[in-house]
Amino acid sequence: MEPVLLKNINTPDSHRIDVYIKNGGYQALPAALKMQTDALIQMVKDSGLRGRGGAGFSTGLKWSFITKDATIPKYLCCNADEGEPGTFKDRAIIEKDPHQLIEGMIIACYAIGAHAAYIYIRGEFDFGARRLEQAISEAHQKGYLGKNILNSSFNCHIYVHRGAGAYICGEETALIESIEGKRGQPRIKPPFPAQVGLFAKPTVINNVETLACIPHIVNKGPRWFASIGPEKSPGPKIVGVSGHVKNPGLYELPMGTPLREVIFTHAGGIRDGRKFKAAIPGGVSAPMLTEKDLDTTMDFDGMAAKGTMLGSAGVIVMDDTTCIVKVAMRTMGFFRHESCGKCTPCREGTDWTYKVLHRIEHGQGKDGDVELLEKLCGNIFGRTFCPLGDGAVMALRGALKNFRNEFEYHVKKKRCMV
Amino acid sequence: MLSTQAIENIKKAIAKYPRKKSASMDALMIAQKECGHLTEDILLEIAHLLEMPPVQLNQVAAFYTMYNKRPVGKYHIQVCTNISCSLLGSEHIFQFFSKMLGIKKGETTSDKKFTLSEVECLGSCGTAPMMQINDDYYENLTEAKIEEILKTLK
Repeated sequence: MEPVLLKNINTPDSHRIDVYIKNGGYQALPAALKMQTDALIQMVKDSGLRGRGGAGFSTGLKWSFITKDATIPKYLCCNADEGEPGTFKDRAIIEKDPHQLIEGMIIACYAIGAHAAYIYIRGEFDFGARRLEQAISEAHQKGYLGKNILNSSFNCHIYVHRGAGAYICGEETALIESIEGKRGQPRIKPPFPAQVGLFAKPTVINNVETLACIPHIVNKGPRWFASIGPEKSPGPKIVGVSGHVKNPGLYELPMGTPLREVIFTHAGGIRDGRKFKAAIPGGVSAPMLTEKDLDTTMDFDGMAAKGTMLGSAGVIVMDDTTCIVKVAMRTMGFFRHESCGKCTPCREGTDWTYKVLHRIEHGQGKDGDVELLEKLCGNIFGRTFCPLGDGAVMALRGALKNFRNEFEYHVKKKRCMV
Repeated sequence: MLSTQAIENIKKAIAKYPRKKSASMDALMIAQKECGHLTEDILLEIAHLLEMPPVQLNQVAAFYTMYNKRPVGKYHIQVCTNISCSLLGSEHIFQFFSKMLGIKKGETTSDKKFTLSEVECLGSCGTAPMMQINDDYYENLTEAKIEEILKTLK
């Protein structure tokens, strides 16, 4: 497949507006501004685009939930809080081709009738935030942002909001709280952000990669987009591969590419002549897969059928020297650190689970500890405000399901089997 | 006390939002860039500028890990030890730093030049192991590379 989203990232000065325009940028915007907003939303629905942040919800459908009442202010938020461990795709778009995102955002604002949008970028992306500020200022100078854009009478402003180191702010309602200048703690749903979102107004939250797809859908048509990959989750997808592979990095592939092809063809297979052991397919919240699952396709439904998820398509590959107990402990350490503390099952559960894993890993595991972990998982899963607790449980259950023997070996022999 | 420039920048941040207190995160970052870490006096000054109760601003400052509530060194070394980095030896990288600087996790060297922290995923997994020093990313780390980097930090 010809790259779409990453086509220009290696072009010199790809972040500058002149280079973006020279390569066909800002052609979708005037075309979209001539369309009726209903037709534009229908176009995105017809393309089959599903949210690239991980949840895979239909983007067109999400946009259609926003009221048409022009007297009510509305907001668009771009989720650029890329924090799911193993994920580094949005950063490439932000730093190397920010206008692709800006153009997608202006079109999305027009479609839902929003005149203001916020890009919530994680605090650590200092360089990315500066790139976005520069891109926004360039777009203003060219008349793509501001008042009466391209004489369409449509007004739109985009602002950068910088996070400050909290994974939870990638959750859409925590993200909204954070933009409002508060602690990033999730809100209970309903009401959903489409009704009561940022500043209590109807709000759409879309991921960076999702919004970057929009100009291409407008330019090439929904049928083109829908023809790439599986019918139910089509389009190009940026897959990030990290861990024990020869060529870690970003690969833009059709949705539905088998995991085996991603790891062994594109990423060059396992490094140092070692053997493949397991892979986490979509950021650490996604349950790991083993050798027998390598033919699973990388799309929302293919991954769900194997009890895991496409998530952010950040693939973490582990070779046969990897201790799964240690991976599970480090993963739970992450969730424990990032739990926002609002609800008890997540706050206490991730801490307790981490302590049990820590003692198992350090040769102090007790009989019944593996069963205790399973019990704790059951007391967290489905009982929390937001999906953070569920993500922690899914990750641990994935490790226990595939490598229970390693956990038991640690408990019994007080040492690692690898 | 914040400088006139910092106050000016905070006022610019306020203009981005329909509510003043939405600028709290920008304001904390602006203040931290200027002062190194956030003291009670600075928090009070910002709360006053944003017309919000100081306790609410304290909550925000306490919640997010990037706000320094204690002094940090001139160079804040933040080594990622999450899964992708850990698979490629981030523990060793951290130990190497610890040995070279003679400090443990969370500590600052006596000359106040370096603070060493362990952090969660920084979104740079394809170039692991990696770290951030102040605002900048350093990727594909090796011992030799770290020695070179440390030489450039005066």
